[in-house]
Amino acid sequence: MTTKPKISFKKEVRLSGSGGQGLLTVGLILAEAATSEGLNVTQTQSYGAASRGGSSRADVIISNQPIYYPEATRFDALVALTQESCDKFLPSLGENGILIVDTVFVKNYNVTDQKVFALPFTMIAMEQLGSALPTNILALSFLVYATEIVSEKALKAAITNFKPQFAESNLKAMKLAKKLVAEYDLPMQE
Amino acid sequence: MKKIPQKEIHKYLRHNKKFPHVWCPGCSDGIILGATIRAVAEIGWEKDDCAMVSGIGCSSRMPVYVDFNTAHTLHGRALAYATGIKMAKPRLNVIVVTGDGDASAIGGNHLIHACRRNINLTVICINNNIYGMTGGQYSPTTPHGAKASTMPFGNIDNDFDLCKLTIGAGATFVARTTAYHATEMQSIIKAGFEHNGFAFIEVMAACPVIYGRWNKKGDAPAMMKEMKDQYIPLSVFDKLAPDEKMEKSPRGILKAVLEPEYSERYAELVKSLQSREGEKV
Amino acid sequence: MEKTDKAVLMQGNEAIARGAVDAGINFFAGYPITPSTEITEFMSRELTKRGGVFLQMEDEIASIAAIIGASLAGAKSMTATSGPGISLMAEGIGYAKMIEQPCVVVNVMRGGPSTGLPTQPSQADIQQSRWASHGDAPAIVLYPASVLECYELTIRAVNLAEKYRTCVILLSDAMLGHMREPITMPDLNNVQIIDRIKPTIPPEWYKHYPDNPKYRAPLASFGDGYRFHVTGLAHDALGFPTTRPDEIKIMAERLNNKILQNHKDLVQVEIFGDEDARVAIFAAGITARAAKAAIKTAQQHGKKMLLVRPLTIWPFPDEAVTKYLSDKRMIIIPELSQGQLSHEVKRVLGVSKKTRRIVELQKVTGELISPEEILNSSREAH
Repeated sequence: MTTKPKISFKKEVRLSGSGGQGLLTVGLILAEAATSEGLNVTQTQSYGAASRGGSSRADVIISNQPIYYPEATRFDALVALTQESCDKFLPSLGENGILIVDTVFVKNYNVTDQKVFALPFTMIAMEQLGSALPTNILALSFLVYATEIVSEKALKAAITNFKPQFAESNLKAMKLAKKLVAEYDLPMQE
Repeated sequence: MKKIPQKEIHKYLRHNKKFPHVWCPGCSDGIILGATIRAVAEIGWEKDDCAMVSGIGCSSRMPVYVDFNTAHTLHGRALAYATGIKMAKPRLNVIVVTGDGDASAIGGNHLIHACRRNINLTVICINNNIYGMTGGQYSPTTPHGAKASTMPFGNIDNDFDLCKLTIGAGATFVARTTAYHATEMQSIIKAGFEHNGFAFIEVMAACPVIYGRWNKKGDAPAMMKEMKDQYIPLSVFDKLAPDEKMEKSPRGILKAVLEPEYSERYAELVKSLQSREGEKV
Repeated sequence: MEKTDKAVLMQGNEAIARGAVDAGINFFAGYPITPSTEITEFMSRELTKRGGVFLQMEDEIASIAAIIGASLAGAKSMTATSGPGISLMAEGIGYAKMIEQPCVVVNVMRGGPSTGLPTQPSQADIQQSRWASHGDAPAIVLYPASVLECYELTIRAVNLAEKYRTCVILLSDAMLGHMREPITMPDLNNVQIIDRIKPTIPPEWYKHYPDNPKYRAPLASFGDGYRFHVTGLAHDALGFPTTRPDEIKIMAERLNNKILQNHKDLVQVEIFGDEDARVAIFAAGITARAAKAAIKTAQQHGKKMLLVRPLTIWPFPDEAVTKYLSDKRMIIIPELSQGQLSHEVKRVLGVSKKTRRIVELQKVTGELISPEEILNSSREAH
């Protein structure tokens, strides 16, 4: 191998929860945002046979290099919207990875070196957005603001283009996420 | 009905290597082939514009003898193949030749769905009440009590009335005729050809060599006579008392209604989408 | 689809559907089944808008029948399904091969046998795609490994079906089918599209089946004025049933030779990594991506590895296996089946020698094989 012309990067994200929480949708939105930035992306998914209930997850890998294996193995970020998915996937969170959990559903999470963002996303969505439906967009936007994995502009475009009829409420969720990230006090690391 | 002389029929047959045919002495299939060709000749369809599609069985050997676009397909599947042909080239006159086992046992699902779509195909279902080609096993139309090689003690199954079945499934043209009523058969098949929609014609056929032997029906003329007696015009049948009806079956055109035809409906959908597409531009 | 300079995010199943439309598929019949349904849904919108024909049939048996019928009437036709559907289509696939009628069947593989794992990937239909039908006519089967290849190999599948007058199977899997990647749509002007050759000779000279398997004969359609006959029975050059051994021999040899004698045109293989490595991986489709990731990691640690990836599964790339794998100390064969690919590699290389180890890495749990698992198998060799 010779010298590399540019610094290569690769980010692996797993969005997990149960069927009906809109995880495949936000996986798609994140992948669209990364595509619009000219990056390489793979978005894969795993779900049960039913469209409601059961475990569901979407993986998004973003890189400026070719992506061979399409599933996330060591996550740079893990979003867990159920206790089951948190328990199942937390062991594969990378050393410097970040964990985002919805505390409405996730009560227990033991992490050592990783950053944790724990918020009652579903409750916040219901109280401040008037519906639990945009919880997925709220969590995704939170992830993007917290990690800057894609630009704000790219995320906004992807959310707007996804389903124009829901763009207004989804953009509100995005705005709210920005505020939540800004106000979030990270627990002290040891 | 126009009389079509024998030599006219020869124009529609493939002479190279195809004869003698596979059918047993006394089999009705030849009579039905004749009536089918006469009906085509009477309408005046070009051979190039006709497709004949069949499944598997004695009757399904018919396509090889006629000089049309012909496909001898898989057991039970003729209607699905014909649906593909018709939808890909709606200008073709698509004739499906099938037997009772082919159409209503292994192909029963395709039959009801073709009825439901009301696609313009004409089905000539030759019902000899038995699987002839495989040597005489009972079929869904073997009468209750009749014998067959797989019902040697008499059939305990109930049998299908194929006309009632297809009427129930939404066929827009349903008729029954018999090999004995050869000239009437010609006009019924012609009416089926001219019907714009799914046409199902059940032709009762004699199988003296297999069904006849199992059930001691006598020779071909005896079986023809039985068909003559059992199948009576619908108008006569309707007037019978309920107990008299038990012994007889109606023949003639049992249903004929006009409803939107599937390939035309599809073409309209395409047209409306393309005009909408045009508006956008 | 129009050429794009910018990459668009696309799902594997959509790429197959777009490839089909761009290859000229104008007739699609199908039946809903996970994980191939997106292809059927795409075709229901796109073909109807374009004036092609879309039919949702009553089952998979009817679907393959309808596409073969449509092909007989001149359409370029396709269906898409998954394992259970292929099992039902098996007889129809054999019929298309027997009557030599072009059509394409897509199998988005899921775990089996039976209903199995409807939403999870598998590679256990590799042998089924070869032997689906009774009888022993050979098969042309392609298997992409990326969304872009889903598009490209669908076009190739349609082209090969038309060129070789047979039913071509395109394999995919539940992971690839639902996976999204950005792809840049190629300029269609640069993509070769093969259509069947229409006969121009007088109908009385027309033979539906050519004597020479190397010769790409014209193919008439119903309604063209040639009035030919097709049958699933053994048949002569005109398509009429025959029981004459001399005529059957010609038919059987043509079915075989038209594919086997043209294997150079049919077989595509990708070579990735270091040809002089002592360790090689033989993997196809989605699993080959894990292999590539493993090779990249190995290379970063100064170790050499080679991947041989068949894009054409059938006819099997015997020559490439011999050429690239004969001298390897270790050959790792990762696959989402219990040895369907490794069986073929072992067939080509012969019984294992003391100097060579074949490591079969098999998984049928609905999960992918990871790069790490491949690297673990290779460790012993280094």
